[in-house]
Amino acid sequence: MTIASFLETLLGGLMVGMLYSLVALGFVLIYKASGVFNFAQGAMVLFAALAMARFAEWIPAWTGINNPVLANLAAFIVAGAIMFVVAWLIERLALRHLVNQEATTLLMATLGISYFLDGIGQTIFGSDIYKIDIGMPKDPIMAFENVFEGGILINKEDLYAALIAAVLVTLLSVFFQKTATGRALRAVADDHQAAQSIGIPLNRIWVIVWCVAGVVALVAGVIWGSKLGVQFSLTTVAMRALPVVILGGLTSVPGAILGGLIIGVGEKLSEVFLGPYVGGGIEIWFAYVLALIFLLFRPQGLFGEKIIDRV
Amino acid sequence: MFYRENGQFKTTYRADQQIFPIAQDRWAVLLLIAAAYIVVPMLTSGYMYRAIFIPFLIMALAALGVNILVGYCGQISLGSGAFMAVGAYAAFNFFVRIPGMPLIPALILGGLCSSVFGILFGLPSLRVKGLYLAVATLAAQFFSDWMFLRIKWFTNDSTSGSVSVTGLQVFGMPIDSPLSKYLFCLTILVVLALLSKNLVRSAIGREWMAIRDMDVAAAVIGIRPMYAKLSAFAVSSFIVGVAGALWGFVYLSAWEPAAFSVDLSFKLLFMVIIGGMGSIMGSFFGAAFIVVLPIALNQFLPLLGSLAGIQVSTAVTSHAELIIFGALIVWFLIVEPHGLAKLWSIGKQKLRLWPFPH
Repeated sequence: MTIASFLETLLGGLMVGMLYSLVALGFVLIYKASGVFNFAQGAMVLFAALAMARFAEWIPAWTGINNPVLANLAAFIVAGAIMFVVAWLIERLALRHLVNQEATTLLMATLGISYFLDGIGQTIFGSDIYKIDIGMPKDPIMAFENVFEGGILINKEDLYAALIAAVLVTLLSVFFQKTATGRALRAVADDHQAAQSIGIPLNRIWVIVWCVAGVVALVAGVIWGSKLGVQFSLTTVAMRALPVVILGGLTSVPGAILGGLIIGVGEKLSEVFLGPYVGGGIEIWFAYVLALIFLLFRPQGLFGEKIIDRV
Repeated sequence: MFYRENGQFKTTYRADQQIFPIAQDRWAVLLLIAAAYIVVPMLTSGYMYRAIFIPFLIMALAALGVNILVGYCGQISLGSGAFMAVGAYAAFNFFVRIPGMPLIPALILGGLCSSVFGILFGLPSLRVKGLYLAVATLAAQFFSDWMFLRIKWFTNDSTSGSVSVTGLQVFGMPIDSPLSKYLFCLTILVVLALLSKNLVRSAIGREWMAIRDMDVAAAVIGIRPMYAKLSAFAVSSFIVGVAGALWGFVYLSAWEPAAFSVDLSFKLLFMVIIGGMGSIMGSFFGAAFIVVLPIALNQFLPLLGSLAGIQVSTAVTSHAELIIFGALIVWFLIVEPHGLAKLWSIGKQKLRLWPFPH
């Protein structure tokens, strides 16, 4: 194994990791603001991607717009609007009635929501494999050709995807740190009661958080969808993002990003170095075991708030 | 009027401590078991056994195991499918590799292997709890999915990756007809349910509940968290493992790793939540609900569609199943977060005063 190919794996891992953290971000946002561990994030990713893919087909057919950029943009906006509606409905119909329930009850509720979204998404939009073509270049580029022999092969698509993810994360941090709504969100995350007592409307905040998570799901769905095709197996992306959240800490946005990068790199390196000895396909559980071992030493994750037990 | 404990005086501690202190309960349970052994075989046909009764019995057993861990000890597990898989594959290996291995010891050995696996993946519970633990137990799930798919030794080097068992028999009686399968599963379920009912009212059961209610406080009054948690993992995964072995041997008879996917883990957790956490009875309710619901939907949706004049395709049915399933779960959690067992106990409470509530 040469340094070049090692670096290549490393970079590939970093880029996949960036995409993981995009999904993980959805988990963290909702958990921070409402204490709900949202298992439905994967279903939301699938739902958003399905909406995007289908509307990108339907809008040109209905309106006669032939410009792919315009059609994609319109589809993105429509899908975003749909995610807003979904978020509002989830809050209104399910979560509002489950305030103050135990964490496990909420977890189960989101599992139920994820079944519901899977079913209804495939009923409305169909259950075939669709593709999202937002014009991301597919050809790989070579870098550092003069540093290493043969250079490093970088997938351009991954590079763009990672860039989009990075931009989204930056936007979200600005939104959380600099705007009044963001401040309210952080207040709610800190202490529900205190936030409510100074006049922050909890219900509206939750709708906003679910909307933001919906948009994050949409972006994740578009990127993953254009990479893998929009199909049911997209929901497993959420399963792969779970160890990321655990590693990074459930309440930390930087943790989600760093955790994603660590898991992405760990997965790729383990597959390359360890995989051949044990028969391959270890990517999926390796991330979990990594997170598990990590938990044994630091139960709250990388950046999670320290867990204090009180009797 | 009929369901009341008036006049039933307990004169010994033994009488006071029995499983069903109220005579009516005792008779009801005995009647229920008798009905399961005698009335059900008289009324049902082969299809009903295969579609409803056998899966219900096995799932009830699995839900019972999960309930011990989740409901009694408060350790959330999303890896129950993995424990079932370990039980099934271990029992398979004992059964196939050792010539003349009887069925019941193979099942028990499968359960014990699952126990060991459960303890191993229960170790994180000593450090983390709640949602973190839920995700940690998913590690067991994905690890077992991979293990039984990739390591050929476990599947007896079968080329297709699927394994099958034939020639099941107990004490010389073949287990091949639906009726014999039903009776076999029923017997195991009754024995293990009685065992776990007794276990949860014993000292160790009280330790589990103390840990569930507040682990720090439990540790302060002298309960060893490690012992209590790991024993809950061991007992729970033993029962789940036996259920997994039954699922493979009796219900599927030929299976591949996908039979024990994460979906099954979720379903088991649903059974426990819908049935009622911390209730043996609840496991049965939950299993019945989850097993019967998809079948009922499959029957009713095309009927409903034809009434409305719409041809309902199988794809639509399966999606509608997901939708209704998800919606029902959310609705259930909103209306009765303590599960069907709570409704049951409310009903019993009402029955005590009926027909003259004060």
